Amino acid sequence: MIKKSFIGLVKPRIDYTVLTDLDPALIDVSKPSQVKLLLESPLEKVNGELKKGDLLKTGQLVSMAKDVFATSPVTGTVSGISGWAGDFGRSYTAITLDVAKDEEFDEQFSGTAKEISLESAIRYLSAVPGSPPLKNFKHPDVDIHTIIVNAMDEDISVTTNQYVVQSRLKALKSGIAAVGKFTGINSIVLVAPERLAAVASAAGIEVKVVGSQYPSAQPKMIIKNLFGQVVPAGKKPENLGYCFMSAEAVASIGNAISTGKIPTDKILTLIKKDGSTTLVSVKIGTPVAEVFKACDIEVNEKDRVVFGGPLTGSAIYSEDHPILPDTNAILVQDKDNIPLVSNYPCVNCGECIRICPARIQVNMLVRLLEAGHYEEAATSYDLHSCIECGLCSFVCVARIPIFQYIRLAKYELDRIKLAEAEYV
Amino acid sequence: MYSQKKLIVSHAPFIHDGSRVNTRNYHILLAALPALLMGLFQYGIPAVGVAALSVSSAILWELAINILRKSEKTIGDGNAAVIGLIFAMLLPATVPWWFVITGTFFAVVVGQQIFGGIGSSPFNPVVLGALILFVGWKDYFDFNVALVNYDFGFDAIYPLTALKSFGPSGIQGFTPGDLLMAKQTGGIGSTFGLGLIVGGIYLIIRGIIRWEISLSFLAGIFITALIFNIVAPDQYAGPMFHLLSGYTLIGAFFLAPEDSSSPVNFIPMLIFGFVGGFMTILIRNIGAYVDGVLFAILLINLLAPIFEKIRPKALGKVD
Repeated sequence: MIKKSFIGLVKPRIDYTVLTDLDPALIDVSKPSQVKLLLESPLEKVNGELKKGDLLKTGQLVSMAKDVFATSPVTGTVSGISGWAGDFGRSYTAITLDVAKDEEFDEQFSGTAKEISLESAIRYLSAVPGSPPLKNFKHPDVDIHTIIVNAMDEDISVTTNQYVVQSRLKALKSGIAAVGKFTGINSIVLVAPERLAAVASAAGIEVKVVGSQYPSAQPKMIIKNLFGQVVPAGKKPENLGYCFMSAEAVASIGNAISTGKIPTDKILTLIKKDGSTTLVSVKIGTPVAEVFKACDIEVNEKDRVVFGGPLTGSAIYSEDHPILPDTNAILVQDKDNIPLVSNYPCVNCGECIRICPARIQVNMLVRLLEAGHYEEAATSYDLHSCIECGLCSFVCVARIPIFQYIRLAKYELDRIKLAEAEYV
Repeated sequence: MYSQKKLIVSHAPFIHDGSRVNTRNYHILLAALPALLMGLFQYGIPAVGVAALSVSSAILWELAINILRKSEKTIGDGNAAVIGLIFAMLLPATVPWWFVITGTFFAVVVGQQIFGGIGSSPFNPVVLGALILFVGWKDYFDFNVALVNYDFGFDAIYPLTALKSFGPSGIQGFTPGDLLMAKQTGGIGSTFGLGLIVGGIYLIIRGIIRWEISLSFLAGIFITALIFNIVAPDQYAGPMFHLLSGYTLIGAFFLAPEDSSSPVNFIPMLIFGFVGGFMTILIRNIGAYVDGVLFAILLINLLAPIFEKIRPKALGKVD
């Protein structure tokens, strides 16, 4: 992995991996025997629409809680419904499906596909590969005027969305048209690295070129550098009227509309133990263990498996974890290669200050966060300006889990806010 | 349903650039070696004794605090060793053993550990320890008295004392070349200008000390001394003499840029260093003491949090 250079005087530069292979190999893992659907709702809150033994067709809508939609990626019978614990106290409902031999497509979507309304797009297309945040267009507090289709992936070493732009340009183009049609938004811009931008622009898509230095493809950095606006601290791009969608999500929508079938295969970048990467196409809901089997990766006790990239992903605790619509990358680390954090205090070396793209006083911030003074951290030391790139922890000499402190602080503050709102 | 294999679950990021506190400190030790070895060569066995005792006692003081606090043993990180070594480099070669041990006590325990250990000291521990001794036992820090029994083959008067007593005419014997090549008396590791500069440049290139502080400190000394010199050349020495004598170079490369007591933003670092250099010359030229580096650094350490208020506006900050 990336190490500090001998000449420590120059600011470290970390680049996104830019896909240069014009035809990279794609390993296909689309025949699982069992899949798991995760619904973003705790088990206590789901209704009894589905029961053990029920049959689901491919593409059939599963709607077991208010505003939570998923579509079945396979044809199969429900063999279990259970709770599932996620990061930061989130809880899900997991529906396990035993895959049937013969695939049968649900017809409900295909009938409406050509003239789809925003409401049914939210119902049927929110869980397509790439996980488009379609609910934003219905949100009462936000008024989206521009959709930014991100072809650069959110983390280094990941090339999922770049691959999609390269190999599914037609679907991407029809997806952009479809999204424009059902949302009524005309300003849709693709943000891509230089070579892909040229390719997409030749195909008639409106493009802006994004730099290859991490974290220039983070949403807030894109808005600052390419659209000349700064998202105020604590606000989201949506508050300024920008909605981000991954290129894969738009291509999936394009595919769904033109074929009448909801796509079920997720593209992801697998980062192996030696740092090499492979692109994999895998059925949504497949246990991650199946991906490892297909790619000859041996995962042993005390290894680390991460959903997402090396700087911003989140580690998972079980090889049964299903591939989700937004799993763009899987990182596998050998137990001998895991850099651990320490309980050292900040030595005030200033590396984090030099690298922080949001110009936060990280050295002061981390002192407050360590002591649990989250509110002061937010008011005096710009906690909410953080764009969550993870670079401060990457360069920290004392190996303090700064990034985790920041995420924890934001989470705790949100919880306080929520509790206060409920009390009032 | 769940497989029995246990995975390590931790938080992002999952990679690290490999830097560590102890490698950082070991590099500081390495960078200090040229100047120290020259001092050991020049002052012989007494200097070896002082340096060895200083490093070992500093480490033992930290260990004692670790044991008292029942905390993790942190002496392996090289922090106490750095304090001990740089402290020894400031001392005359002939100080008694109890002087060294008392000094490292003030540096390690009072200067750093009672504030919470590494990273928490508001003052540079070495400077604080040395100044407490200097104020308490002034005579042991008088280089002319301490080194009276040596025969160096060059003018053995401490250059800054010569300047204070006789004015610029008293220092005509010291050429910049002599000062660079350790042909002056002083602390064990603070006379070999060339060695200190090489060590300092090494630390700057490796990114271990912040070049802004070192360079602005030297610039502060140079510019202030130059102004004094231009105004009254018969009273005040030229800037080159001030740059190469006393604790200037060890201060610029090993004392002022100490991590926890110095600012980290660009403009504050420049002000911090410049004020340090400026105060040094003020004390040397019109103050009571012969050398002002230690007092100046203590003062800028005190002001560092105020300088640090000048900071860039964070992304998306709402006023």
